[in-house]
Amino acid sequence: MRGRPNLYTSYAADQALMPTVTKKVALAVFLILAALAPIASSIPLYPDFLGHNDWMKLLSHVAIFGIGALGINLLTGVAGQVSLGHAFFMGLGAYVAVVFGAPPGDLWGLGLPMWIWLPMAGIIPAAVGLLVGPAAVRVRGLYLAFATLGLVFIGEWAWRNLKFVTGGAFAGRKFPEFQWRVWKEEKPVADFASDGVWLGFEISEEAKVYLLMLGFLVVATLVAKNLQRTRTGRAFQAIRDRDIAAEVMGVNEFRCKLTAFGISSAFAGVAGALFASFVGRQIPETWDLFLSVEFIAIILIGGAGTVSGALMGTAFVIILPRLVQDFTEWLSGVIESGEGTLATVADAVVSVAPDDGGFINTIPGVGPGLSVFQLNQVLFGLLIILFMIFEPLGLYGIWLRVRNYWKGWPFTY
Amino acid sequence: MTPMLSAAAVLAQAEHSQLAGAIVSGLSLGTIYALLAMGFVIIFKATQVVNFAHGALATVGAFITAGVAVELNFPGRFLDLPPLLGWSISVVAALVLSAAMGMLLERIFLRPMVGEDLFSVAIVTLGMNVILMTIVTDYIGPDPRSMADPWGDAVADFGFVIIAHTEIAQFVVAVALVLLVAGFFRTRTGIAMRATAFDQEAARAQGIRVGAIFAIAWAIGAVLATVGGIFGSVYPRRVGVYSDTALLVFRAFPAIILGGLDSVLGAVIGGLSVGVAEALAGSYLNHPWFGTGFSGIVPYLLMVAVLFIRPYGIFGTEEIRRV
Repeated sequence: MRGRPNLYTSYAADQALMPTVTKKVALAVFLILAALAPIASSIPLYPDFLGHNDWMKLLSHVAIFGIGALGINLLTGVAGQVSLGHAFFMGLGAYVAVVFGAPPGDLWGLGLPMWIWLPMAGIIPAAVGLLVGPAAVRVRGLYLAFATLGLVFIGEWAWRNLKFVTGGAFAGRKFPEFQWRVWKEEKPVADFASDGVWLGFEISEEAKVYLLMLGFLVVATLVAKNLQRTRTGRAFQAIRDRDIAAEVMGVNEFRCKLTAFGISSAFAGVAGALFASFVGRQIPETWDLFLSVEFIAIILIGGAGTVSGALMGTAFVIILPRLVQDFTEWLSGVIESGEGTLATVADAVVSVAPDDGGFINTIPGVGPGLSVFQLNQVLFGLLIILFMIFEPLGLYGIWLRVRNYWKGWPFTY
Repeated sequence: MTPMLSAAAVLAQAEHSQLAGAIVSGLSLGTIYALLAMGFVIIFKATQVVNFAHGALATVGAFITAGVAVELNFPGRFLDLPPLLGWSISVVAALVLSAAMGMLLERIFLRPMVGEDLFSVAIVTLGMNVILMTIVTDYIGPDPRSMADPWGDAVADFGFVIIAHTEIAQFVVAVALVLLVAGFFRTRTGIAMRATAFDQEAARAQGIRVGAIFAIAWAIGAVLATVGGIFGSVYPRRVGVYSDTALLVFRAFPAIILGGLDSVLGAVIGGLSVGVAEALAGSYLNHPWFGTGFSGIVPYLLMVAVLFIRPYGIFGTEEIRRV
């Protein structure tokens, strides 16, 4: 069927993971480019800054939160169960990982290798998700959002008080490093926690972690994408769209919601464990309501119910603060460099001195303006609102419109 | 986050009845929850908006009060009034400003969302909460802003129990507000609001200005939130308004759920019972086994327990599901 897009002659073709050649090629190119990012400086025409360590860290962050976003997308976007409890399951995953992976000491730790603690960080939150699931399944709609909100606060109390696991309030503890060991031997098989040479290239620690996270993200994406194509995935969508109608058709609502809870919690747990290890040290206050809200925002900005939307949303929400920071620094640079229209405009926006009136404040704690961090928070809130009002389908909706425009070009439809 | 100074902890030290002290401080906490929950439920019923920004409304409202009473020094800069009268006038002025803020927020952010599903609208208010809290935290600065209330830390000793003057004032104000709200629902506008809550389109077809009803509901919600925020920011709870004032509202959510999302009466009863439960837990459950801050999660445990038995709250209406 070459040259006839959207014409499917079999169910298999309709359900295919990558229905068109264009998609296959685009994905392959994207993956190769993503994998090459650590050696960006030695490739011509490749954006150099992506290979720098701070950007490697940022992209690892995106990959980790992408895994978490896929989880909440499955529960909230695909199965339609609004949960504000994602942060609780992330925290649970992180603490399961640390109990299994951290070396024995004052705090609990078994010192087991990564191939044990990482799957455990998924399995145990999933089990807990299945355990609290029956209670959550009884509760519908907004009541569920409030019940899971309660879960976050109860979790925060637990993390603060389980000092032998979490290290206690505002103290926290060190999380296991990314090192592959067969068992507890001295030298790891693959070490992601120090610089080294791979295939003749100098690879920094940050770049190694990035490649590892990219690998995990690809696996998680495949799982999530495939799940949506199975009977279970379609049942989730039926429950979301009209639960009674779904039950009439023979979908077991209780079991479906429970499964969605379990799988989503597993994703959350793995993401939490990876995030905690990636940052290195986490305090119990990390797993608060704001983290849950961030994930809800990610899938709404990206486009609820779609895998690519969840990933786009993650990239957008995580990278935007960095861009805002760079932009602010650039503006202050313009002011310092001298006169001109641009400098005058920049001076009105950014305040660089204590008594300088400006919307953005570059000196923390001095003057009335918002700090860059606060500005990012405000932008974050504003983005949620604007997307909900103007583009409920999120970035995915924008992408759809762009794609359809070029598909029909030069005609308008 | 500064740890919340529970009234129970202060009162339990005196040689008075521990139970009576806990119940009084629980009721005083409960009236705050009840005020916050009532505003939330009124907004929810009248406009079909689940307002996650209610905490921000309370914090901003209390901050406006602090601004009017201390920074602007209104009306003290013009007139030399007795402290109680002067402060009351400042509070009324602040309430007018808060009501205006509530109406403005509704008009800008929520009017475009009319007719969307509940969840999408709830997310918009989550966004509002982030924006308002960030800005108000920046304005408050590093230290809590004093409310400059005329009562200070004065207490009345009743022999078996000590009650702070602020708590007495709070009971009086709360009862008055509950009666006012109950009376409001019997006025022409109040009935129009009930009609709107029942069916927006039908109400509109009857000539009710639904938009105006939305604005009034938000004004009432913002005023109730502000009063809750003010009493949550004075002795014996805190020394002034700070960003953690919003946490009060997150504790009031269980009260809302306990009573049922769509019941004003349920909000009041839920608020009082959650407050008493929290204070009793704070006073009696201080065995090391419970760890620190256990009383803070009692409302949530209560909420989860209630939801497990009645998934739509005690006074809430059961959702009728159709294919």
